[in-house]
Amino acid sequence: MEFLKKYPKTFQWLFLLIVFFALCFAIEVPETYKFIRGQAEFVKDPNQSSYVFLGKEVRYYAFDVFWRLPPLLGWLPIWINDSLFFLMNEWMPIEVWNEDTQEFKSRPIVLQISRNLTAFMTFLIQLIREVLLGGLETIVAFSSWDWIDKNPWAELPGLPWTIVAAGAAILSYKVSGKGLALFAGLTMIYISIFGQWKPSMQTLSFILVAAPLSFIFGLGLGIAAFKSKRVEKALYPILLVMQTMPQYAVLVPALVLFGVGDHAAVIITMVVAIPPMILLTILGLRAVPPEVIEAGRMSGCNNWQLMFKVLIPTARRDILIGVNQVIMVCFSMAVISAFIGAKGLGFNLLLALNQLNIGLALEAGLCISLIAILLDKMSLAWANKQTDYFGNLTFFQRNKNILFFAATVIVGIVLAYIGTFLFKGSFNYLFEVPHNKGISTADFWNKGVDWIFDTFFVYIKAFNTWLIQEVLQPMRALYLRMPAVATIVLVVGAGYLIGGIRSALVVCGLTLFIALSPWWDRALVTTYMATFGVIVSCAIGFTVGTLCFQNKRSANFMLGVCDIFQTFPSFVYLIPVMMLFGITDTSVLIAVIVYATIPATRYTIEGLRSVPAGLHDAATMSGVNKFQRLTKIEFPLAFPHMMLGINQTIVFALFMVIIGAFIGTEDLGQYILKALSDKKGAGIGLTLGICVAFIALIFDNLIRSWVEKRKKHLGID
Amino acid sequence: MAETVIKCENVYKIFGSNAKKMLQESNGNVDAKTFQKNGCIVGVNNASFEVSKGEMLVVMGLSGSGKSTLLRCISRLTDATGGKIFIEGQDLLQLNNKELIELRRNKMGMVFQSFALLPHKTVVENIAFPLQIKGVKTEDSISKAMDMVKLVGLDGRENYFPRELSGGQQQRVGIARSLAVEPDIWFLDEPFSALDPLIRKEMQDEFLRLQEKLQKTIMFITHDFDEALKLADRIAIMKDGIIEQLDTPANIVLNPATEYVRKFTEEVPREKVLLIEDVMDASKNDLGDLKVFKDEIIENVAEKILTQEKAVAVIDSKNEIVGSINPTKIINTVFGGRKNNN
Repeated sequence: MEFLKKYPKTFQWLFLLIVFFALCFAIEVPETYKFIRGQAEFVKDPNQSSYVFLGKEVRYYAFDVFWRLPPLLGWLPIWINDSLFFLMNEWMPIEVWNEDTQEFKSRPIVLQISRNLTAFMTFLIQLIREVLLGGLETIVAFSSWDWIDKNPWAELPGLPWTIVAAGAAILSYKVSGKGLALFAGLTMIYISIFGQWKPSMQTLSFILVAAPLSFIFGLGLGIAAFKSKRVEKALYPILLVMQTMPQYAVLVPALVLFGVGDHAAVIITMVVAIPPMILLTILGLRAVPPEVIEAGRMSGCNNWQLMFKVLIPTARRDILIGVNQVIMVCFSMAVISAFIGAKGLGFNLLLALNQLNIGLALEAGLCISLIAILLDKMSLAWANKQTDYFGNLTFFQRNKNILFFAATVIVGIVLAYIGTFLFKGSFNYLFEVPHNKGISTADFWNKGVDWIFDTFFVYIKAFNTWLIQEVLQPMRALYLRMPAVATIVLVVGAGYLIGGIRSALVVCGLTLFIALSPWWDRALVTTYMATFGVIVSCAIGFTVGTLCFQNKRSANFMLGVCDIFQTFPSFVYLIPVMMLFGITDTSVLIAVIVYATIPATRYTIEGLRSVPAGLHDAATMSGVNKFQRLTKIEFPLAFPHMMLGINQTIVFALFMVIIGAFIGTEDLGQYILKALSDKKGAGIGLTLGICVAFIALIFDNLIRSWVEKRKKHLGID
Repeated sequence: MAETVIKCENVYKIFGSNAKKMLQESNGNVDAKTFQKNGCIVGVNNASFEVSKGEMLVVMGLSGSGKSTLLRCISRLTDATGGKIFIEGQDLLQLNNKELIELRRNKMGMVFQSFALLPHKTVVENIAFPLQIKGVKTEDSISKAMDMVKLVGLDGRENYFPRELSGGQQQRVGIARSLAVEPDIWFLDEPFSALDPLIRKEMQDEFLRLQEKLQKTIMFITHDFDEALKLADRIAIMKDGIIEQLDTPANIVLNPATEYVRKFTEEVPREKVLLIEDVMDASKNDLGDLKVFKDEIIENVAEKILTQEKAVAVIDSKNEIVGSINPTKIINTVFGGRKNNN
């Protein structure tokens, strides 16, 4: 009793848990309970109940309300779908002039806008693609096919790969130095001689269109949000949801609005890439010291001058970090967009994975990873670059990079020209190495995979079986056994205990949305997989992080490794696990664990590092040993930051679980994947995406509230 | 009396959502505590004063005393909640945005505690910034800025970036920037507080040299009483938003108006602050042979005076006797009137 008086919170938590378990035991599993239910199945069953809302009929298996809430939001996906359909096909028709038939035609305005937008995007992508690879279509866009037929010379020639490679190296040298230049050069050469040039350039052109556009819109919205509280308040929830929504799920509505192909992918990539840009713009502008703003005002700046001559240049670094984020998001979207028909590396990867050709997938994956690292390092170097004054430079010194590039352009063209003689009758390797004519190590890797399978099959299988039967199945059953009401009580109670009434209400709203959607059971499965991944990841991450922290060099090394791994698009992680574990839940979970361990490790090291040096010294002078210092000083103080790491771990894990649907899971992700190939999938995909985002936001809210309280308590900021 | 450049009449600055309403209801009788209960924080409380052309007014106060807020009201970086502010006869609070910008571009310069330089511009570009904002051609602005660079003694470093400079050098850039448009009114918000003591002294001397040359109308904010004594023509001492005393350094040291002001003056070495003129007697009878100038600091002539038996004649720059000073008076000034004598 003494104990409870001393720690009243413990008592409250105990009480909450008792209530939760009491509810769990009191509410029985209905005999007719089936895991799969709801209108998404489109099976007519006499046992189903139904209701009509907003003219949409929803059928579902009715259970005791305490066990599973009825899917009262089941109409939402159908309604979204119908609304989209209405917008695209019926709403506000306008007269449009048709070039081909020479007459006016009636078309809904949204459809017309979407068509114009896609046409514009297609043009942009095509333009950059043809600058890099050569082609006719850009010129056709300005003239006509007839004109091209008469003037066969009119074609964008494309750049020889040597020039692009040298350009990448010189640019790297300019923003960073010799090391990065070497890496850039080698990466480009690797891409070229392994025959990945064309898809790589397609992906690159995709990014070159998506990233600048996202940057402009993100910056604009960020500025608007910085200037007006109202805009910020309106944007904030959207930003939160977009940040936690699986990228997969956003693809589905894009299909309906913009169709299949690169243009649709670019538009939807912008939707995903703009939120981080907005956030970092706001952050950067907020971080500008108030005195600098006042100095600007006192210099007589008007609002426009203050923004573009004082605020933005001063916030340069944060804004460029935003650009880095934009580029990385664009890249990972460029890969995932293969699902809606974007060309490039992602498409090749998807194809290879579908054929279970692990060797090819590995080559494409390696290419993707290398380009990801290169883009990340280059944009970061640009953000961190500071110009120094070096005294008076000669003309050559000042312009050496440009001069060098000019020289390589000439050399590249000459080489490509020589190539036409050298490789007469075959491909001009000095211009471009065709996709299937490069060196390929796919066979080697495939054989390796076969060998691993042959040799270790027994062990892997045994491990697999053990994991599934002894750990995963029981855990999954446990999660599915949770009655809806009990779960809501638990989550809301936790919200109240951690963050007070406000937090409880937010969490309650988010949980109710999921509970009232037709996919509560699916969400439970997603949560179970994510929980398992998070627990293992955190265990690994905390251990590795703590061990690495003991030594400065190993800590830096580990952070570097985290940096690199974080740049890989999540999709890439599926390759090695499929290679080793085949197509099972285990594969997905291992990919989840690997991916989610990154933030866990990073935040552990950063958290431990953030403990002030003074405290460190004070502890040492009090005569603590290393272990005592860790448990008594460093862990308690680093814990809030480490909790933020768990928050990130949850988001990462959820992303991966959803993408894992590609391998085959039975959760929300599976339905998102299904929705991708469903004509009426837009509403379903979007609602599912929101469900996943809400799961992440529930944890996000709880953890953040706790961290804020704790930080205040400890007096750290 | 020189013409008045800055004039404040009952200026209030109160932070909080319903500050304006509360101020109106209080009828000018603002009590910080009752305001705080209603969620308002009083920054400046009923400030009235004038600064005339070429004068340097130093506002001294500890952190939270409202001195910076007062300055920001007068530069209109924040809008005062109540009262009137006149800049060269213009009602500052009535100016629209365009007129305000015009005023700042031509009449005002400001130096900040944290230097507030633009990190992406070089020294000379930073200094030229206010000119370029005004629309001066790039070449002209750069050549004007180069003059400023020379004025503050940074020649040879004009192409450095701020982060490559030391704190003292950065503040020189800040000073040069604030002077680039040749403003009549110069605001300095704790310009030397972020500097090391030695550099601070050097910059103070440099600042006095500049002021001698330029004769600007200055409002100088500081939390350092010694700095205030050293620089000021007049000092305003602020506490909790209220101006406790506004007077010449000598009068403040000799006649502190409130208990709060007295706390500052107690520790001041008077012989280093006061002039002969401040302590001399009016009588011109029974004088010795020694003569001292009236604007000599006591410390410099004390030894000479103390060796005299008779009163010493005090003369002005025209060599006319304007008063006298007794050796005992010197002793009383330096050692008397302190804690135990009260």
